[in-house]
Formats: sequence, structure tokens, C-alpha cells
Amino acid sequence: MSALTPGFRGGRRTVSDRVPPGQYLTEGFPVLSAGPTPVVDTGEWSFTVVNEVGERVSWDWAAFSRLPHESPTVDIHCVTRWSKLDTTWRGVSVDTLLAEVATAADFAVVHSVDGYTANVPLQDLTDGQAWVVTGYEGAPLAAEHGGPARFLVPHLYFWKSAKWVSGITLHDEDQPGFWERAGYHDYGDPWLEQRYQSGW
Amino acid sequence: MDHFVDGNALAGSLRQVFRPDITTAEARCAGCGAVRPVADFRVYTAAPGAVARCAACGQVTLQLVQSPGALWLGMSGLSYLRFPPPGR
Amino acid sequence: MTVWQQARLVERLRETDSAVTLVFEPEEWSGHLAGQHADIRLTADDGYQAVRSYSLAGPVEEGRVVFTVQRVLGGEVSTYLCDDLPVGAYVEVRGPVGGWFVWRGTDTRPVMLLAGGSGIVPLQAMVRQRRALGSRVPFRLLYSVRTPEDVIYADELARPEGGVDVAVRYTREAPPGARRAPRRLGLVDLNTHGWPAEFEPMCFVCGPNGFVEAAANMLITLGHDRHRIKTERFG
Repeated sequence: MSALTPGFRGGRRTVSDRVPPGQYLTEGFPVLSAGPTPVVDTGEWSFTVVNEVGERVSWDWAAFSRLPHESPTVDIHCVTRWSKLDTTWRGVSVDTLLAEVATAADFAVVHSVDGYTANVPLQDLTDGQAWVVTGYEGAPLAAEHGGPARFLVPHLYFWKSAKWVSGITLHDEDQPGFWERAGYHDYGDPWLEQRYQSGW
Repeated sequence: MDHFVDGNALAGSLRQVFRPDITTAEARCAGCGAVRPVADFRVYTAAPGAVARCAACGQVTLQLVQSPGALWLGMSGLSYLRFPPPGR
Repeated sequence: MTVWQQARLVERLRETDSAVTLVFEPEEWSGHLAGQHADIRLTADDGYQAVRSYSLAGPVEEGRVVFTVQRVLGGEVSTYLCDDLPVGAYVEVRGPVGGWFVWRGTDTRPVMLLAGGSGIVPLQAMVRQRRALGSRVPFRLLYSVRTPEDVIYADELARPEGGVDVAVRYTREAPPGARRAPRRLGLVDLNTHGWPAEFEPMCFVCGPNGFVEAAANMLITLGHDRHRIKTERFG
């Protein structure tokens, strides 16, 4: 048992019923990073979907920009315990991207240009639940927050919303990603506090 | 400026599970083959866990995740750790 | 196995507007090497915990261990330690840890210490260890700091013992009458106040990320062997 430290509260704020258990609200936008911030030139960027039999479809920046865009306002929840309400993004629904690809896969892996990966069941990426976003609060997405493009799947812990996203691969079986291989939960529902792999 | 510290910073967490001080061990990066002390890794801690990267090539060498019930140590980016003899 | 133990705050000393020296009495402390650090853990009443690593500022004396903590803007742990932790209260400590960034009195090479800001703390621990041992290993300390008001251990640095050369360089504001205009540490500073590479000194560099990167690169430019340069960054 740890002793209490008198008067220590940490840098946390009050909670609301929109905040999942174990989370606290933040007004800022903490920058989390597992490595150097990659410099991604939109002239070189592309987004690629590869299905379970290796068929692929790609959009370069210009083609991606011509896709229909949406402006979702969502709450986000980071496994490091901060939550942020009413964040507004601009980007393309994953439904739009997947419409170009034939698949019967059950699982997806989201990939970043720096090698980062995160696994998500495919059914969590469809029906308006996930986006590839290039704008945040009315401005182009900053590099430190994943710009030029990041994934956004707000109903799962935010590590699933890979920064500097470069594509999705579709798979018949679940393939753990960067954090999922190192102890974090394969699904990551913040309302169920699915932070870590079970069994411990 | 990217936000990272040196491999030294891992010493406290790793002492929970290893008797020798791993930060003084020499590590071979599985990516580029550089052999350097763990203390020379670049460690990114503003993340769900600590991520150590080879200072030479940037490849991830260690991942350290502390949950309430377990300490996870991912080592897929290392080909070996070589320890100095005890007492040094 | 290094485990958490209780440590009582017995003394608090102001160093600068933003740095405080904290003296703790742990239950049991068998000693440590100069340059090592320890982890401090704070626990809130709802179980929330925060752990940070701090350099030990000097050798253990009468079972007491000394940290110097710089207040970090928005830092929940450093702010609490600097401003709020009352004398007599307990925190948890784990350590000492880190066997890499250390100076051992048995090493007779000349020592070069390059400090940026609060990176002075583990380096001054080495100077204090040298003093405690009565060592005659020649030391040179080059300390880069923003303004005269930001100098930690100012009184001690102003009166170094024989064999320890101390030079303080200012990056933002120099003291009145200083000949050197405030600027970042440069090759000329290292040339003037450091050891030549031919002396094969052990070089210890500690400070913020950018400082450590720049200083280590300058040492390599001046011909120092990478294997004799040890760095400790705080992000």
C-alpha cells in the first residue's frame, strides 16, 4: 500500500458524466509521442487501403482532397487518462474509403508513416465511426497532432487514432499493433476501461 | 524540439524486474546493428508507455508498459544485451 | 530488487525562484554513486499516483538524501514538491538507480562537467563526492544558465575547492560588467574552459534536450571520444 501524500491532487480537473471512468478532463491538447515527429510532405503523402487478398487502392493528397469531407465533433479519451470534449475535425469518413475495396475481413490494422500500427475490428470503422482527418478546429492538422493526416476513431482509446496515418490493411485475423503487442488492450473501450491486455 | 530523454531514465522501472542495472548493459540494435549502452537510447515517455529508440537509427528497441498488475517489456528491436561483469 | 520506501521531508532550502533543495530521511539508504537518481512517487487520496525521477544532489549524509528540484511549468510533481510538500510529510522513494551517468572516485581521468540549467544537480553531486572523498582528480565545470538569478548552488560555486575550476556562462542576461555578451554555450567556451581532448577527460553533460545535443556535438567536434561522453537529458 502506498502512503498518501498530503494535499497532492495531481494536475487533474473535475469529472463529468461524459468522461469515462478513470479519466479526467483537460482543456489543452496534450501531445503524446513515441518517437520523433515525422515530416510528412503532402506532395509525397498517400493513403492506401489493402484488402485481405492484397488488392489495394490509393489516394494521393489531391485525390483525397476531392473526396467528400465531413466535420465530426467528438469527445476523445487518451489511455494516459485525459479526455477532451467537443473536438471538431475535418476529414473523410472511412466508409467512403472502404467503399472502393471489396472485403470480407473482420479486422483492420491502421498504419503510420513512422511504422506505428494499431489494430481495430473492421466493424468499428464503418457506419460513421471513423475518419481520416486533415483538419482540426478549422485549421490544417498540426504535425505534432499527426498532420497532415491522422486517423480518428473516437469511441476507442485515442492510441487507436494513429497519427501520420498512411493506410489501412484488412485481415481475417486480429493482428496486435504497436501498443497492443506491449500490453495494451486489443479493443480499448474507454467506457469499459479496457486499458491493458487481460490476464493480469 | 522532440521530447525525449536518455536510456538512464529507464533504470528505476527496470530495477523492478532485473537485478543487474540494465542501463549499463550494451545493447545491439536489431535494426542497424549499432552496439551502445542502454543508457544511450533515446527514451520517449510522453506516451502510453516508455519507448526506447536506437540513438543511431531511431528504431524502437524497448517498450515498457506499466499497468497496475504487470510490467510489460517489449524487446523486439534488440538482438542482444551484454552485461558487464558484476562489481563493475 | 529496488522497492518503494517512505521518506520524510526534513528540510527545505530555497536555491532560486524556481529551484528548491529537499532533504529527505528514508527508512534505509545504503549509499549511492555521484550522478545517480531516485524516483519519487506521490499518491493522491483517490489513489492517483505520479512518479518522477530526480537526480541526487550529493552524497548521503547521516542517512539523509538530498534532491534539488526545478519547478517545471505545469509539472504536477515538481510544482507540488517545490511549493506544497510540508516539512515532516512523507513521500515514497525508490533508488538509487542508474549506473551509467556516474562518477566513481576510483577513476583518475580529468573530469569535465557541462551543465545546462538544472542539469547542474547531478554534476554538482560529483563535485561534492570528490570533496567527500578528498579526491585530487582535476575537475572543470562549465555551467550554462539563463541569468545570474537562475544559478543554483551559487554560493558554493563561487568558492570552489582546489582542483575544481568553475565557469558560469549566461544565455539571456549576464551580470553587470560581464565582458561576454549573453549567448548560448559555444565552441569558444568549451575551448577556454574545458579540457583539451588530448587529456582524455571523462565528460558528463546534463541539461535540457537541446543543450545536451549541442554540447555533446561540440565535444565530438573538439575531438573528444564518444565513449568518454556521458549524457543525461531531461525532456
